[in-house]
Amino acid sequence: MGVEGAFGSEPAFVPYLAAGDPSVEASKAYVEALDRGGADVIELGLPFSEPIAEGPTIQGAVARALRAGMTPRRYLGFVRDVDTEAPLVCMTYYNLIYQFRDETERGGPDAFVHAAADAGVEGFVVPDLPVEEAGPMRRACDDAGVDLVSIVAPTTGDGRLRRLLEISSGYVYVQARLGVTGARDDVSGRTAETLARLQQYEAALPKAVGFGIRTGDHAERIVRAGADGVIVGSALVDVVADGHEAGDPVPDVADRLADLADELKTGAVRGRDPGPAEPERN
Amino acid sequence: MSSETDGRAGDGKFGEYGGQYVPEVLMPALEELTDAYERYVLGNEDGFMDELRERLRDFGGRPTPLGRADQLSARYDREVYLKREDLLHSGAHKLNNALGQVLLAKYMGKERIVAETGAGQHGTATAMAAAHLDMPCEIYMGRKDINRQRPNVFRMRLNGATVTPVTVGRGTLKEAISETMRDWATTVENTHYVIGSVVGPHPFPSMVREFHAVISREARRQFAEQVGGLPDAVIACAGGGSNTMGTFEAFLDDEDVDLYAVEAGGSGLGVDDDAGVAPNSASLSTGTEGVLHGARTKVLQDPDGQIVESHSVSAGLDYAGVGPQLAHLVDEERVHAVNVDDDAALEGFHRLSNTEGVIPALETAHAFGYLEEYHQELGERVVINVSGRGDKDLETAIEETPNHDVPNAPDMDVFEGTGGM
Ligand SMILES: Cc1ncc(COP(=O)(O)O)c(C=O)c1O
Repeated sequence: MGVEGAFGSEPAFVPYLAAGDPSVEASKAYVEALDRGGADVIELGLPFSEPIAEGPTIQGAVARALRAGMTPRRYLGFVRDVDTEAPLVCMTYYNLIYQFRDETERGGPDAFVHAAADAGVEGFVVPDLPVEEAGPMRRACDDAGVDLVSIVAPTTGDGRLRRLLEISSGYVYVQARLGVTGARDDVSGRTAETLARLQQYEAALPKAVGFGIRTGDHAERIVRAGADGVIVGSALVDVVADGHEAGDPVPDVADRLADLADELKTGAVRGRDPGPAEPERN
Repeated sequence: MSSETDGRAGDGKFGEYGGQYVPEVLMPALEELTDAYERYVLGNEDGFMDELRERLRDFGGRPTPLGRADQLSARYDREVYLKREDLLHSGAHKLNNALGQVLLAKYMGKERIVAETGAGQHGTATAMAAAHLDMPCEIYMGRKDINRQRPNVFRMRLNGATVTPVTVGRGTLKEAISETMRDWATTVENTHYVIGSVVGPHPFPSMVREFHAVISREARRQFAEQVGGLPDAVIACAGGGSNTMGTFEAFLDDEDVDLYAVEAGGSGLGVDDDAGVAPNSASLSTGTEGVLHGARTKVLQDPDGQIVESHSVSAGLDYAGVGPQLAHLVDEERVHAVNVDDDAALEGFHRLSNTEGVIPALETAHAFGYLEEYHQELGERVVINVSGRGDKDLETAIEETPNHDVPNAPDMDVFEGTGGM
């Protein structure tokens, strides 16, 4: 089906979790719960020690996953084992991709991209790889037949936007606000502005908005503003973290995740309903 | 040798190293900064460099002296000269860059300054520059470093800066840089990030080197005037490598001048993969190529590419990466990457203090530890950069000296039971 194909007639719900948070087994159950809850694409984090684009919530997830022993090799095993309908997109930082060596000692991004594609990864999001440095990764992804998703920020000007769209595939990750990841209670007004700018390009790629979305209501408003999908990370990681802290049984936490996933997916779908158009605020 | 030619900032690549590995949200700011660097710093537009030179003189106290170290010269049977960046206002070379970048931020119309700090020297210099130029300033500093560099924390706050503790990880420079990048990603439209060494994404490694190049431009001229000709060897300690690159820059084309970058060997070389730590900060000597904090460079990492925690008795060298240009110069064999351990650094700290009457920063002390151990291998005439003064390290020295083998230390018993140990 592919990543782009997962954005169908309905607005897509794209959740993020860090693989291995808080343990490999629990995390598998959580990812599968998101799938049950209606995920269309799943961004599966491969934890890196210096997550410079993440706020405290996802930093916490990354730290727990590393403590649980997650490594690039175990991640590939995780991808093979986890049972989801939704295509998996690997979200990680460039150093892990760059350092990976396979049996043939193939260096640079090639080895990891191919190994990940073999395991079932269908795309990549690499937050510290701007278009200037993305050439080798883009070629590796083309070669392996997987997507490389570009991130568009509120600060991205038109010249950069054009170059970004040229190398992006799968979808475009529209960063809803300045800053780092983290759930917020409001929805940034700059989202609508970025979406409107993207609209001017005949980029057929779906536009998924992330950074700060935490409720079905947020998801609805984001879709009304023109998004083809919503990306939700920190709000879901909060559920994992709270459950872990309280020592709750894994199936209970998984159910909570499935419920929140359902709320977010339903909210996103509602955003497409014709109805009294409510303008995007603040 | 430098990547700038005819006033252009170059592409930020030093061989395979360098580049701009940062989130998209920061890229427009780096483009804007590169443009400002070319115009104001390289092009002296609106008299920027004239103003900076004037302020470095009147506020900073430049030029700093180059002086002969008589006792050390006799001890090592060589001519040893000290470039006295410890006499620069703030007590370390860091002000050259901090004042340059805060002034540049002003020219760019920015309204707020953020910076990371390890030893607190860069934070202090930035806080002083920000107060001097009337800019609000926030400094991120690791929890562990706050505890071991308390005088500097207070100095920053005296100068009106907000000091924000960073509690993730081991709480040292690596975490402080990550956290400052996160702040910048949020506030980038009105804020400038004054990075404290020749690290990070382009144009920082080139720009920070350029601001510190004044060290070697002065030293080269002073040496010619006071001594005649060129030195045979130039030595500087290396954490991120800013005093190093500044001390080497004007000598890069003088091929007969040997350049030594002295890293922190900590308590031992190598990386403990299982524990995820390196008991040292010797990324040039022992690191491998990787991507950290926006640049491809030599880093301390495990085989998977996870960055490991570094160690050094000196907070300012305690970092898992190093400037990309310095890494390149080492690969090209223009710069010798060497290191000495914590014991040798403390030995150097006490030696310079009790033979020359100069108390160096523990970072700087590594260069003197190297001189003590390896002077036989050096040429006749040696210049060492005294990158900073040691006042900030007195608490650490009181605490650490008895734990190490430092034969030349004064009797430390007097401190027993005073809370210092
Ligand atoms: C006095 C002094 N020397 C050296 C350093 C190391 O930095 P760099 O390698 O960038 O010169 C520091 C850093 O805090 C310092 O305070």
